[in-house]
Amino acid sequence: MTATRCPEPTPTHAAASSAGIGASTLRPDGILKVTGEFAYSSDLWHEDMLWGHTLRSPHAHAEIRGIDVTEAVRMPGVHAVLTHDDLPAATHYGLEFADQPVLAKDRVRFHGEPVAFVAADHPETARRAAAKIKVAYAPLPPVTDEASATGPDAVLIHPGRHDHRSDAVPHPNIVHHQPVIRGDDGAWAAAKARADVVVAADYEVGMQDQAFLGPESGLAVPAEDGGIDLYIATQWLHVDRQQLAPVLGLPEEKVRLTLSGVGGAFGAREDMSMQAPACLLAMHTGRPVKMVYNRYESFFGHVHRHPAKLHYEHGATKDGEILYVEYRIVLDGGAYASSSASVVGNAASLGAGPYDIPHVRGEALALYTNNPPCGAMRGFGAVQACFAYEAQLDKLAAKLGMDRVELRRRNAVGEGSLMPTGQEIDQPAPVAELLRRVKALPLPPERDGGWGRAAAGEDVDVRSLPGGLSNTSHGEGIRRGVGYAVGIKNVGYSEGFDDYSTAKVRLEAVAGEPVVLVHTAMAEVGQGGVTVHAQIARTELGVDRVTIHPADTQVGSAGSTSACRQTYMTGGAVKHTCELVREELLRRGRERLAHRHPAWLAGVELVLESGKVCTHDGEPIADLVEVLGEEPIEIEAEFHHRPTEPFHPRTGQGAGHVQYSFCAHRAVVEVDTDLGLVKVVELAAAQDVGKALNPLSVVGQIHGGSTQGLGLALMEEIQVSADGALIRNPSFTDYLIPTILDTPPMPVDILELADGNAPYGLRGVGEAPTLSSTPAVMSAIRDATGLALDRVPLRPEHIAGHVSG
Amino acid sequence: MDFLRPATWDEALAAKAGRPDAVPLSGGTDIMVEINFDHRRPDALLDLNRIADLREHTREGDGSGAPYIRVGAAVPYSTIVEHLHGPLPALALASHTVASPQIRNRGGVGGNLGTASPAGDAHPALLAADAVVEAESAERGVRLVPIDDFYTGVKRNCLAPDELIRAVRVPVADGPQQFSKVGTRNAMVIAVCAFSVALHPRSGRVRTGIGSAAPTPVRARAAEDFLAGVLAEERAWQRRGALPPSAVREFADLVSGAASPIDDVRGTGDYRRHALRVMARRTLAWVWDEYRDGHGDGYEDGEGAGACA
Ligand SMILES: Cc1cc2nc3c(=O)[nH]c(=O)nc-3n(C[C@H](O)[C@H](O)[C@H](O)COP(=O)(O)OP(=O)(O)OC[C@H]3O[C@@H](n4cnc5c(N)ncnc54)[C@H](O)[C@@H]3O)c2cc1C
Repeated sequence: MTATRCPEPTPTHAAASSAGIGASTLRPDGILKVTGEFAYSSDLWHEDMLWGHTLRSPHAHAEIRGIDVTEAVRMPGVHAVLTHDDLPAATHYGLEFADQPVLAKDRVRFHGEPVAFVAADHPETARRAAAKIKVAYAPLPPVTDEASATGPDAVLIHPGRHDHRSDAVPHPNIVHHQPVIRGDDGAWAAAKARADVVVAADYEVGMQDQAFLGPESGLAVPAEDGGIDLYIATQWLHVDRQQLAPVLGLPEEKVRLTLSGVGGAFGAREDMSMQAPACLLAMHTGRPVKMVYNRYESFFGHVHRHPAKLHYEHGATKDGEILYVEYRIVLDGGAYASSSASVVGNAASLGAGPYDIPHVRGEALALYTNNPPCGAMRGFGAVQACFAYEAQLDKLAAKLGMDRVELRRRNAVGEGSLMPTGQEIDQPAPVAELLRRVKALPLPPERDGGWGRAAAGEDVDVRSLPGGLSNTSHGEGIRRGVGYAVGIKNVGYSEGFDDYSTAKVRLEAVAGEPVVLVHTAMAEVGQGGVTVHAQIARTELGVDRVTIHPADTQVGSAGSTSACRQTYMTGGAVKHTCELVREELLRRGRERLAHRHPAWLAGVELVLESGKVCTHDGEPIADLVEVLGEEPIEIEAEFHHRPTEPFHPRTGQGAGHVQYSFCAHRAVVEVDTDLGLVKVVELAAAQDVGKALNPLSVVGQIHGGSTQGLGLALMEEIQVSADGALIRNPSFTDYLIPTILDTPPMPVDILELADGNAPYGLRGVGEAPTLSSTPAVMSAIRDATGLALDRVPLRPEHIAGHVSG
Repeated sequence: MDFLRPATWDEALAAKAGRPDAVPLSGGTDIMVEINFDHRRPDALLDLNRIADLREHTREGDGSGAPYIRVGAAVPYSTIVEHLHGPLPALALASHTVASPQIRNRGGVGGNLGTASPAGDAHPALLAADAVVEAESAERGVRLVPIDDFYTGVKRNCLAPDELIRAVRVPVADGPQQFSKVGTRNAMVIAVCAFSVALHPRSGRVRTGIGSAAPTPVRARAAEDFLAGVLAEERAWQRRGALPPSAVREFADLVSGAASPIDDVRGTGDYRRHALRVMARRTLAWVWDEYRDGHGDGYEDGEGAGACA
């Protein structure tokens, strides 16, 4: 293999005693990343390589009448042009449903759908050749919303659809539909009749993008055995391989994937992007093929967060006891299923929020439309619901004349509560406590005498005001608001999926020192698995030197780096495998060294600390290296979480989730009520993480998740034209993500209430803060403006001109 | 693609005369984006980065009584912010809102004028300050183009194919100036709309500039005339009293009325009109307060206006 800058093992060296779990050890790749040295997948290079490019549909919905590649093929430097008819084996793929064509055949279903692949000796040549391909399109009217998708004459996006959900759905343009019903009809009617106060409203959530900074990229190298080696930035190597092998017509063992440097993921790398084209072009030409999307293409090259329309109704007694909730969540899945069905499961089962509500009538569904395909993004179906139910709680509190936090705390779930699915929360669920904590924090000081004085001529630093450097206000029109929100997110894959991970751990003596090699297929996408795995190995094996092997498919699956599951699952697998290695080591010790110390045979617990085998009281009885001898110990083992159940198709009942995680936020904002501009002054969070394996990483996750939620509240939206289903802003010029000036101080309060089912008691961290941050910011803006604000992202025109004096 | 790298200004003019299709390259923060996205495929690039003069700024015209700063076409925004905020307050404020520090270290006013996007942040400030563009060709020499005549259409300007921008002459402020821009995030944002106002006490004039709310950057002439009229009538330049609220409102309405905004991904036309009204009201209050407080001691204010009143 002559590929340069391909992934290398990451050695780490730190004292096992002080750099085990619970320590804030630093990322091994941190300095490389901030200094620009880190090799991302877009930096891969191979002698002799070609560049791949994708021709994409300019229409959201059209028939393909013909494709003429003649001119493209003739261009000098072009090595291959592939269309649907050139596909060697399976023609469709997908995460949950194989409904997505590798290349469109006679119909394109979304703006940007791949129509042809080109390989050339230069990326520019490939692009130009693609532009020379003549595709005869006959545009069709696009299906864009629930009315056009399920109306009487609706065009079917996938006629003749046949998948594991197709028999159960109310309409073929519905990917999946999940009701959740708690309480029988009689009780429901009675609860409705008892309600003193009812709040009902419609909400809307725009299409957010993951906006990772390292666009889709990778390098496919054809191998001598007829197989292929793919170096790739992804979230789950094995699921890529599972989808790729049939498309390439190869057995899985001939499709070898190695994780390359990943520049962020947030769900956008769960589906395949350039994997299939790079491999197909490499196999077709017999040459290595590299593909890198640019920012523009990236907006078309991955799924987004489902935009949603939601309807909620809550009824409560005048004392603030919530009696019932009714909700309907319509998610737009776009042209292909991706993970829409699972997103529906989450939205439906978590739609009532972290509240103990005795009567629930909820449903969620995802549509097939001609809008851009949507799938996984941090928060996965729980984000949209959280925005709506938290807005409802604000309105309910206002109507009851109750404190917003008090109303939430009164109705909060706790350990032992039942979810609307009937699942008992059999772990700590400190929702009320998290709210109490964020509320108890001191408020950031207001400017002396308010901003009015500044407007009256005092010098101000405009960076601290809405509009920032744009210099729109020196204090005029500014009002402060405070808001609260809390959310509930599941951790791990749900609904009966056997979601396991694998780790291979090798313990050996190198130059008289014990060394551990940890090998998993876990995708490090920035979450810090590489840091935490080394910490776990140190804690479990008492070894300072731990090397993290590059992730690849030469070891069993690690599952996806998503659903907050990797520390739990692959961390769990590393822990479990280390325990097996320790057992083997101690077995060797008993066999070889029993004569040296009575503790070996006394049946007492022996621990590994700082390269030694010790008794429980810390007395060293042997050197680890001596016990180990010449022969390394290498074990590969799987870790499975406790099983879950599917949700009942009509009632949604079932113990569907592995674990729940909770985060609460308090947002303080300043709003320019005349211009509709917002400055978030502070965004405080409190979260229960079970056990912080690496507190610094935990805080980083909470900061990142909170900021992504702030982005959804205030600016992040892929705008799709209503008539044409075309993406209007595929660039960072007009798809805005928060800058450091938009990112406020974010105090974080971490609780560690152990979950007895989880390794070390830990709880997945990365998603919960993304849920509650959006509604907290919106709640604060509501507080400042008095407006309902039922849509995110907020736009200035939703405020400007609507706020009364 | 040919890559021309003249070492001197004269060589650059000669090169442009010989290859009128050659596209000048200054900071590259517009042109490289276009090339990378294949929106534009010039046959030749004319790299101006070897010409150090273009990165210089000098104060001139003191003798004439109308001093100005001659800002080289490639003077980066960061230099304008740091060194020219005194004499050119509106342009410095506008420069500070452009993009990020990295872009401000590369991009400059010459490039902003070259692109002539209605969303370019320098334009409202140049309009308000009454700048003059120094265009030059090998054949015809220097041509001084008043900023009012510079913008000819959406992303079009009045440069001839053989002309290059040498510098912009921006009059030293003789009164308070402001610049304000609306964007949906607090930094690094393309304008939804922008507004600049400059008081010119010496001539008794008021000038404005509007960005991102019409096919080209425009002035709100009716608003300027109205306000100058009120100021003259009330002898406000001399009295330095408070402005009548009705006049401020009328000014803001006229500014808003001067725009012809469209709905696009960045905002609606209605919002742009509204925001212009708010920015006009606020920035007028800021400049007038500054004038009243005599913060403009550095300006050669008052005299001229007094004389013509
Ligand atoms: C991330 C990013 C953010 C941005 N944000 C903003 C923003 O907030 N506000 C804003 O206004 N702009 C913004 N821009 C656009 C750009 O930075 C500005 O327009 C800048 O002023 C361009 O200057 P430059 O020197 O880089 O021009 P270049 O890219 O070198 O040139 C721009 C155009 O001007 C022509 N040109 C350059 N010099 C001359 C000359 N001497 N004579 C004749 N023609 C010439 C070029 O041929 C080209 O057509 C942004 C750009 C980027 C990449």
